[in-house]
Amino acid sequence: MKPAAFEYHAPRTLEEAVAVLARVAPEEGRVLAGGQTLVPAMALRLARPGHLVDINGVAGLDRIDVADGVVRIGACVRHAAVDAPGPMGRLMALMKRHIAHGPIRARGTFCGSLANADAASEWCLLAVAMDARVEVRSARGARILAVDDLLLGSMMTTLEPDEMIVAARIRLLPERARVGFHEFARRAGDFAQVMAVAVLGDDGPRLAIGSLEPRPRRLPEAEAALANDPVDLAAASRTAAAALLLPEEDAYLRALAETSVRRALEAAA
Amino acid sequence: MSAEPVRTVAFGVNGETREATIPVRRTLGDVLRHDFGLTGTHLGCEHGVCGACTVLLDGRAVRACLMLAVQAEGHEIRTVEGLADAAGALHPLQQAFCDHHGLQCGFCTPGMLTTLVEFLADCPDPTAAQVRVAISGNLCRCTGYESIVAAVLDAAARMRAA
Ligand SMILES: Cc1cc2nc3c(=O)[nH]c(=O)nc-3n(C[C@H](O)[C@H](O)[C@H](O)COP(=O)(O)OP(=O)(O)OC[C@H]3O[C@@H](n4cnc5c(N)ncnc54)[C@H](O)[C@@H]3O)c2cc1C
Ligand code: FES
Ligand code: FES
Repeated sequence: MKPAAFEYHAPRTLEEAVAVLARVAPEEGRVLAGGQTLVPAMALRLARPGHLVDINGVAGLDRIDVADGVVRIGACVRHAAVDAPGPMGRLMALMKRHIAHGPIRARGTFCGSLANADAASEWCLLAVAMDARVEVRSARGARILAVDDLLLGSMMTTLEPDEMIVAARIRLLPERARVGFHEFARRAGDFAQVMAVAVLGDDGPRLAIGSLEPRPRRLPEAEAALANDPVDLAAASRTAAAALLLPEEDAYLRALAETSVRRALEAAA
Repeated sequence: MSAEPVRTVAFGVNGETREATIPVRRTLGDVLRHDFGLTGTHLGCEHGVCGACTVLLDGRAVRACLMLAVQAEGHEIRTVEGLADAAGALHPLQQAFCDHHGLQCGFCTPGMLTTLVEFLADCPDPTAAQVRVAISGNLCRCTGYESIVAAVLDAAARMRAA
């Protein structure tokens, strides 16, 4: 047995889950969702939670609901099940293939990725690109926060220890919108070295990049360059790469970023 | 912490209900091997990367090293031991691995087979490129993949004909 000992809780309702979490949070209590990051971290003893609150048995958390132009992805929706109508669904499908491998996508969750806040998370990138919002619950109450206010930096969020994400909400894209995604990884299924997402033909261009900085972000300078007529994708890609906060000597990563952005834009154009 | 927290769990393994009282920190992979003696499921990296421990959870391929056994409660697990039929005849994939030298040391084989059982159910007539993507999360350090891909394509053809 590789993980250190912990106590295990398997609540059946959301009320029960947040009540248990409130009780065990002071003793290093953690939510267990897909377990595809937490369990390996426990095997390596990088994580030693005193309690695990397994939310997989909580009724209703595995739902995807679409209403009023928004897709709501519950906390137990697996990577493999993430979907939405229209261009948003196409973008999700493009990105999903780059998250690890099939058996990990069968367990890992969308909301777990947001809570984990890995700089190289595809879903964090998507959430940032689309200004997603997350529904957060604790025994103290509920709040909704913009993903920009959730993600602090690499593996850091503003969640309190007694809080859990219940769902993520992402606005759907109109049928006319065009989407593109590109990722460089050393091997298929590995975490990205750099990745970029582009959405054109919506309310305004959206361009976001992930993996090189501590958290994904939109690139307003490059988005502004995309408004030029005629649009010059190569110039916008250069602007994007130049805006990244990288050590001066990282010419290789900057070049990789420029290419990734250009390919995402070309795919969307 | 004083006493090691334990739980009694029951879940299906290859069609039989199995029960055990186990420490809650024991992974599914460890319970299959140590508590149930099903050593066909191999543990390599124990952090999700190598694919050797892959089993079917309600028909979907998952990593047995990244699931706690208590999370299998009420579910159905299928391991490599459950692939041959009741009379002991090899599954077409197993037979094709034999015929095409799809294994050498055999360490990766159980995870390859379980991953591919799911894959061929979803995609009965794959191209070689699709097979390579399907096993991209399964590391083999001896056969070199060529013979594995040949075995899968042959197994798929035999299964379509059957
Ligand atoms: C080999 C391998 C390759 C991988 N490659 C990639 C990749 O390329 N891209 C990528 O994005 N990911 C990758 N992952 C990680 C995977 O996507 C995880 O599924 C994801 O990071 C976390 O989701 P989870 O549901 O598994 O969370 P868990 O492992 O259960 O939890 C992760 C953390 O988030 C917390 N948490 C989870 N859910 C909630 C919630 N609802 N509310 C509050 N806190 C919560 C947990 O307490 C824990 O701290 C890989 C994993 C492996 C093993
Ligand atoms: S032992 Fe589970 S993936 Fe390597
Ligand atoms: S046969 Fe030896 S690792 Fe694959």
